[in-house]
Amino acid sequence: MNWQEIEEGAIIKHDIKKSPKTGNWRYMKPAVDKKTCIGCGTCFLFCPEAAIDFDSERKADIDYDICKGCGVCATVCPQKAIKMGKN
Amino acid sequence: MTYQTDKTNKKALTGGAAAAEALRQINPDVMPVYPITPQTPIIETFAKMVADGEADTEIIDVESEHSAMSAAVGAQAAGTRAMTASSSQGIMLMSEVLPIAAGMRLPILMLVSTRALSAPINIHGDHQDVMFVRDSGWIQIFCENVQEVYDNTFIALRLAEKVRLPAMVIMDGFTTSHSVENLEILENSVVKKFIGEYNPKNYLLDFEDPKTFGPVALPNFYFEFKRAQIEATDGVIGEIGEIFGEYEKISGRNYDVLESYQLDDAEKAIVVAGSTAGTAKVAVDELREQREKVGLLKIKLFRPFPYEQITEALKNVKKIAVFDRTVSLGSIPPLYSEIKNSLFSILNSQFSIQSYIYGLGGREIFKDDIKKVFEDDQKGREIKYIGLK
Repeated sequence: MNWQEIEEGAIIKHDIKKSPKTGNWRYMKPAVDKKTCIGCGTCFLFCPEAAIDFDSERKADIDYDICKGCGVCATVCPQKAIKMGKN
Repeated sequence: MTYQTDKTNKKALTGGAAAAEALRQINPDVMPVYPITPQTPIIETFAKMVADGEADTEIIDVESEHSAMSAAVGAQAAGTRAMTASSSQGIMLMSEVLPIAAGMRLPILMLVSTRALSAPINIHGDHQDVMFVRDSGWIQIFCENVQEVYDNTFIALRLAEKVRLPAMVIMDGFTTSHSVENLEILENSVVKKFIGEYNPKNYLLDFEDPKTFGPVALPNFYFEFKRAQIEATDGVIGEIGEIFGEYEKISGRNYDVLESYQLDDAEKAIVVAGSTAGTAKVAVDELREQREKVGLLKIKLFRPFPYEQITEALKNVKKIAVFDRTVSLGSIPPLYSEIKNSLFSILNSQFSIQSYIYGLGGREIFKDDIKKVFEDDQKGREIKYIGLK
């Protein structure tokens, strides 16, 4: 690659389809009890991987492609609605 | 500091307030700022406009100029229009981040009200601060008066976004930034149309097409990134003419990278940048009344330096006086040096000198590369590169 072909500003472009699935690293897996979840969003704020969103009924919804299974969500949940189990 | 003279588009403003008025019309997304004399009137006036709801810019009160420029880099990389302003020691504190903005090709706009460097401490205007950062990769445009501050703010923004490089609009501290002058203001809608929407080529918050900004580049590729940046910087001179032309259509004011005043038949010429050009014009007029063939060359674009245009403008002048409002300690002053460089190509010189850039980012240079240089044709100002891919 010569200087005329090089990416402007040293930017690195990523193919989102080839992005690593950090969910593959998971040993423990969180599971949301949708009946107990009150949709307070505490887990959403604390999740270090931004792997938690709300589903259509405003219940915590975990993206298992990204979730590394750290367990922070289960610890911070005020309803104890998230339980960690074997992956 | 606004004095509306009548119902026309004329106002009397300080340079700082004129810059703030231009900022209000641009309405940038993010403005991280830290106060320093004599830049303060720019931000002070603009912050009041934001507080009064005349602009909806996110002003970030940061803890230092280093943070101001770092936040501007982050905001611009995210995909917004980010701007800031500073002076003197503030620019010194930013200086670590300035080449990062340029190397990442982020078109940040900075308004500079120039000021001397410490020590001894002094708050008044000279060009040491902007000259200190002249190699940082930023476009530098000098303003003579309040009208030029207002106009160049729009021109520099358009230019920066076109070539994707950061730009400084430079006014003389106090002389321009704090002095009230008449100027003509454009309609908000005219400005909006001229500057247009900001559509970044690459931006960090592009979730569909994710990118990494600011990665490491080792000796195998660093040189090539810098070579591409040199090309982009030199390209400014080719792009600016069209923007000046468009601006003339909306404002009636005709600008160029330099301004020749009484230079056509001049035997002697003064070369100067900034507000002193105004005083020098009066001096030229008075000398002309005494039948002295004197002219003036005002430098507007200092980075990139318009060597060819300056050679053309000065080629028939016998005696040239170059005015630098700065020092280059241990060397000759920068504007004087650039003017001499401009004229070297047309002097009947016994020397042939070729510029070579080598070894950037740790690129290796070998004995054979060194031996080969004398086989090259040495012509003009074109830079040659050793070991470039």
